[in-house]
Formats: sequence, C-alpha cells, structure tokens
Amino acid sequence: MALESLHGVERYQHKWNEVQEEAALPEIGNFTNQYQLMMPPLPKAECQVGEYLVDETGRKMKLNYAHGTTTLGFKFKGGAVLAVDSRATSGQYIGSGNVRKIIEISPYLLGTMAGGAADCTYWNRVLAKQCRIYELRNRERISVAAASKLLANMVYQYKGYGLSMGVMVAGWDKKGAGLYYVDSDGNRMPGNVFSVGSGSLYAYGVLDSGYRWDMTDEEAYELGRRAIYHATHRDAYSGGIVRVYHIKEGGWVRISEQDSKDLHYAYAEGKTTTQ
Amino acid sequence: MQSRMVELETRNQDPQGDHGPQERNYILSLHDVLMKKSILNYNGGCVVAMKGKNCVAIACDLRFGVQAQTISTDFKRVFELGPHLYIGLPGLATDTQTVLQRLQFRIKMYEMREGRRLKPHTLMAMMQNLLYERRFGPYFVEPVIAGLDPNTKEPYICALDLIGCACEPADFVVSGTCSESLYGMCETTWQEDMEPEDLFECISQSLVNAFDRDALSGWGAVVHIIEQDKVTTRTLKCRQD
Repeated sequence: MALESLHGVERYQHKWNEVQEEAALPEIGNFTNQYQLMMPPLPKAECQVGEYLVDETGRKMKLNYAHGTTTLGFKFKGGAVLAVDSRATSGQYIGSGNVRKIIEISPYLLGTMAGGAADCTYWNRVLAKQCRIYELRNRERISVAAASKLLANMVYQYKGYGLSMGVMVAGWDKKGAGLYYVDSDGNRMPGNVFSVGSGSLYAYGVLDSGYRWDMTDEEAYELGRRAIYHATHRDAYSGGIVRVYHIKEGGWVRISEQDSKDLHYAYAEGKTTTQ
Repeated sequence: MQSRMVELETRNQDPQGDHGPQERNYILSLHDVLMKKSILNYNGGCVVAMKGKNCVAIACDLRFGVQAQTISTDFKRVFELGPHLYIGLPGLATDTQTVLQRLQFRIKMYEMREGRRLKPHTLMAMMQNLLYERRFGPYFVEPVIAGLDPNTKEPYICALDLIGCACEPADFVVSGTCSESLYGMCETTWQEDMEPEDLFECISQSLVNAFDRDALSGWGAVVHIIEQDKVTTRTLKCRQD
C-alpha cells in the first residue's frame, strides 16, 4: 500500500471510498425503527387516505384492502380456544386458500388476523418483537392485557391513515387465560366470546347457541370448528382450512387443521365430532 | 316494460339536481367497475360450454347468493329448451328467470307457427332479438347456448353479452363471475375432437378449478353432455365454501 502510493498508484482508493460511502448512509425507513413508516404525501386532514379517495368522476372511493375472513375466540373452563378459516380474497378473486390467520406471537401468546393482511402481519410481528423485549427486560412474560395494549397503542398512532385490522390477542398469563379484541379504530376490550370478520355473524350464531363456560376441551374445539365451518359455508369470502388452537397453562397447542370440504361431508354424514 | 324505462329516465335526470358530483346516482361508476360491483355479479354464478366430437357439453355452478351471503346451493342456471338444446343464463338471478320464461314463450310460438324444431342458431338469433329489445335497460344476463343442430347434428355453442352481441367460437365459451379463470382453464385443457367421456372430464375440471378461485360461484356443479342419441346429466361433488 505504502509502496503503491509512493509510486502514485491508487489501486484500492476507489474501493475504500465505496466502503466509506456505505457507512455514511443515513438510516432510512422502518428497517431499524418499525414506527418510521412513510407518511402519505399530503397532510392528514387534506388527503384522508383510508377514509376516502376520489375517482375521476368525483365520486368518493373507499379504500378496500380488507379481505374476507372468519375468526373467533372464546374463553372457557379449560383456557381459551381460537379458530380461524384460511381464505384470502382480493375483491371476489380468491388469492389464497391456505393463509395462516393465527399468528404465533410467543409460546404463550397468539394473535388472529382479520382485515388487511399486510397490516395484520406487520403489526403482529412488531408486537412479537416488543413482547420479546419486554421479556428480556423484565425477566417475566408479558401479560395478555399489556400485550394487547401495546398493539392498541401502536395502531392508534396511525388512526385515520387507513389501517384495517380486527385482531384478537389471546394468551396465558398469571391471571389465567386472556382474550382481548383490538382493532384499528382504537378499540381494545377484554371478553369471553369474540368473532371478527365478514363471516363473524354466522360464527356468532353457532357460537352463542353452543357456548357454555364449563365445556370440556373436546367440546370447545368442536364448537369453534363448527362455528368456523358454518361461516365458511355461508360466507363467500371465508373458506379453505379450519384451524383450531387451544391456549392453556403450558402455552398454546395446535389442535387441528382440517379442510372445510372434508368437514362438510363429515357433518353431512351426521358425525357430531370430527376429531 | 314501461316502468323499467321510466325508472331509468328518472335516475338519469337526478331529481334533486342540487347535489354535487359526488352524490349523483350513476348506474355504474368507475369505482363499481374496478371493484367489480356490477349487478351481473350480485348473485354470482357461472356457465361454460364446450364442443367435442359430435357432442357438446354445458355446465354451471349451483350457488345462489346475495353478494357475500350464500342463500341456496341448488340453483340451476342451465335449462333444457329442446331435445338437444340447452341454454345457460348466468347473471342477475331475477333476470335469469324472466329471460327464461320470455324465451320459452317465444320458442313455443315459433315452434307452433313453423311446425318444426328450433335450431341452435335460430335460438341465438331469437336471443339476440330478445336482449336487444332492452338495449337501454338491459336484462343482466349473459347467455350461453349449447346444442346439436336437429337436422345436421352439427355441434353448436355460442355466447351472448347482455344486449345481444353473439360470438360463435369453434372451441368453448364461458360466462359469469369467474369468466377469467374459466378462460384460463379452458385454454389449457380443451382439445379438438374430444369423445363424450373426455369432454366431460375436461369441462368438469375446467369449471370446478375455475370457480374454486372465485368467491361468488361454486357450491356444486351440474354438467350436461349432449350427444346425438342421448343426453347425460351429472351433478359434481364440490367444495362447499
């Protein structure tokens, strides 16, 4: 190197410049800070992204990222059960038939997704990170109440910008099973029975008529499964695979993943349980 | 007929008048078109027809829904109009029924007056006539015709749009809410001169795989294979979501 520069040869100089340039790049976007999302090009009050856009005829256009879904969750004697379908649609087109709508946040926490697929996966992943950091800082697991509040506070920051999500956060903590509903409007509420998505009305019908606190585990799985199955049958935007999870003291357990076609013909034969 | 026209006029006139452009009642806005919120997709459903060797096939799904809600799963939208003549009427369910009834009336009148059976090609012309009558307030159906010519036994298929523009291709026709997927399936599975069994397999696979990608159709299917000496009708076991 020294000999080269003595002779006026700058063989590696350009390489070194490149390295320095790279190191001097400013931090951009949400790579290191997930809250640094790019804002819409106009001030919030003026453009109202998420509320309305206007098409060339001047007619208001509602942004429609939402995909049809049926998700449900309920608490009972033996913990909590989450059940979901697996269909993702954009408009009437079925984009996928095997989406994972239950997101495994930690071994003791689950989240469900309904609404915008991208919004739900992104914020659930940020939540997973936050929960892990909490665990490392405090040397104990985060409570379901705290986790759901983290999520609610995160999405509340973006209220009015058009996030679309209806999430259930379920888990096990010191108080036992926990179940919270959080959505992009800023709602956060604990409860015993929730159902979210375009097929939720059908699911509620089955759920409310069959729900009891002192169900056995098997009864609870079958209730969740049946509710989702009936929603997939009636609701055009729900379908695919019916997934059931159970949250108990040791954390969550994946109970079953069954094609709703198989369930339909099993129920048609008069089988009362499909396990 | 009268009330239909009047209703359309008042819609166009915008009775309140002082509304801004945002409140105007468009029959179909660009937004609706982009979101595919057309009246043609209100009830869901699809039909496909294919030519084979001395045979034709026509098939439809069985869903009758109101947008996302599935009301019934045994709503047939393919109808027999003669010994070797079938028509599929996907689109708005109320118009499916009205068009069928008006068509049956016209066919009976034709066959009585002429004293002979209706040819598929004549049915197409009759359909064009019936649909174009409502050029400015159309029936929301896009019919598909399949049959064998009663004299020559020549296979015939054709599809019309909602105001009666016909197309008579040599291979297959599709119509309904999952027509894009149906085109994709048919383009890849259809072959020339298929025997009735192969034709059945081809049309069934095309239909079922196409509507399994569509939220608004499915829930069962009916397939008719029309041959010179017989017509075979089968109901397919399908996904129910």
